[in-house]
Amino acid sequence: MSETNLSGVKHIVLVLSGKGGVGKSSVTTQLALSLVEKGFKCGIMDVDLTGPSIPRMLGLDGHQVHQSSKGWVPVYADSKQNLACMSIGFLLTNKNDSVVWRGPKKTAMIKQFLQDVCWGELDYLLIDTPPGTSDEHIATIENLKEYSPDGAVVVTTPQGVAIADVRKELSFCKKVKLPVLGVVENMSGFVCPHCTECTNIFASGGGEAMAGEYGIEFLGRVPIDPGFTMMVETDGDGSYVNSFEKSNLFPIFKTISSRVVELTPSQ
Amino acid sequence: MSPPHSEENVPENAPEHCPGTESDQAGKASACAGCPNQNACATAPKGPDPAIPLITARMASVKHKILILSGKGGVGKSSFTSQLAFALAHDEDSEVGVMDVDICGPSIPTIMGLEGEQIHQSNSGWQPVFVQENLGVMSIGFMLPNKDDAVIWRGPKKNGLIKQFLKDVDWGTLDFLLVDTPPGTSDEHLSVASYLKESGIDGAIVITTPQEVALQDVRKEIDFCRKVNIPILGLVENMSGFVCPNCHGESVIFPPTTGGAEALAKEMNIDLLGRIPLDPRIAKSCDMGVSFMDEYPDSPASAAYEAVIDKLQARFQ
Repeated sequence: MSETNLSGVKHIVLVLSGKGGVGKSSVTTQLALSLVEKGFKCGIMDVDLTGPSIPRMLGLDGHQVHQSSKGWVPVYADSKQNLACMSIGFLLTNKNDSVVWRGPKKTAMIKQFLQDVCWGELDYLLIDTPPGTSDEHIATIENLKEYSPDGAVVVTTPQGVAIADVRKELSFCKKVKLPVLGVVENMSGFVCPHCTECTNIFASGGGEAMAGEYGIEFLGRVPIDPGFTMMVETDGDGSYVNSFEKSNLFPIFKTISSRVVELTPSQ
Repeated sequence: MSPPHSEENVPENAPEHCPGTESDQAGKASACAGCPNQNACATAPKGPDPAIPLITARMASVKHKILILSGKGGVGKSSFTSQLAFALAHDEDSEVGVMDVDICGPSIPTIMGLEGEQIHQSNSGWQPVFVQENLGVMSIGFMLPNKDDAVIWRGPKKNGLIKQFLKDVDWGTLDFLLVDTPPGTSDEHLSVASYLKESGIDGAIVITTPQEVALQDVRKEIDFCRKVNIPILGLVENMSGFVCPNCHGESVIFPPTTGGAEALAKEMNIDLLGRIPLDPRIAKSCDMGVSFMDEYPDSPASAAYEAVIDKLQARFQ
């Protein structure tokens, strides 16, 4: 295979859900930061074209991308350049502008993202996706076929209405022969700061039960942490990239990322 | 790389001498070679869509068409749509329809207690599935042989189904048709906007949660509405605070770091219809397919829903 922009990427992991708003982008961000903390070089590709959340989470709102002779240069979230990122968010002149594209144009953009970003040498490329099983997902799988992605981390919240959509996503993975590395159950319980009683705001247990039913690894339960939202919406020196290790969720993602590393052995 | 531009007849990053996506030469001109859109342009039908007059005829007996939108996923569009539908249908003289155009993740059948139901065809078209006599629902959820099957459709196929929902469903005479949408600003949204252009959309209710990551996407949705001339009825802030059922202490789960929906409403010059707090029984009601307001009328969230719905009903008096 001739040298391409993805040739230096050792592992490709997609982060999927059938359901919107379950925390795909926040799980992608925390997983990436956790892998970087372990010493891996990571990239995040944000293929949510109409609702790109990754730039904000990495404190990179307002950054722009540059072109080099080899293609687009990703935006680095850290000074050591261990975490690279590409998102359509960086290409919008005004972040309030809607990207009102039909399928074919979205497909073409994703192809460009996958072919033209010079990632260099990466241990992990995480791909954050929009909800659903449509153009973006089909385009991503088609363009990654020759690179044999390691698999998908599927994110859900515990309640039935989310699980119903995520089952469809698992069906999608099966159809396109994408291995499922495991399920993360997000927003799993909220511990009241006043009385420490845990309330299952979005029901409970659905993710683990579903993983069991499908014979898929249950990677872990991530509780609701308002501190996370505060940290992730801070820019500059206080950005999440710099404060991640102080987050309540850091130990949980340390475990999840360890498991992901075990499940993606180097060839 | 020039910034992306919204879909117009000659897209900004089209090849030089692009004949325009609606032209007879679309996809066939020499300038089209190499353009990623070439195939789509060449195969798309040109000229006025014959379905539009049929849709307009169906919609003639629908008094008010309301879209429920958000740029962001998971903010509660479907739960709000269904709650609004249940509430409007309390008035037995009011006829309400819910059209679920989320093709990949259709939540409405579950939330409205219609899981497992099927669509029947009659001479007058597809029959909606009825929750009660004056509340009918249409969703792809009713058409899947196995509810776990993924619907892996590209844009054009999704558009085709939405067209059928509008053209072939015998909604009858409706006071309200509520259209629940998936997150984003893509095929489904463009299709609903264009198919209903002639018959007219009364407006859109935009749902958000308080944090900036959601508001960012919602700004884009508002921009979309303005681009396609859909009036915005107002903004609803969902998941706005949490009251612990144990100690009644208040917590903020999705902090409004940039002022929440209130600030966004001011910024974008739209109405803030209301704020709905988190109540774990809302998720439970959605999963069980029952109306939360009917099950738990004493919840602060029910009062909040009622305030928003009253405001909306007043608009249409």
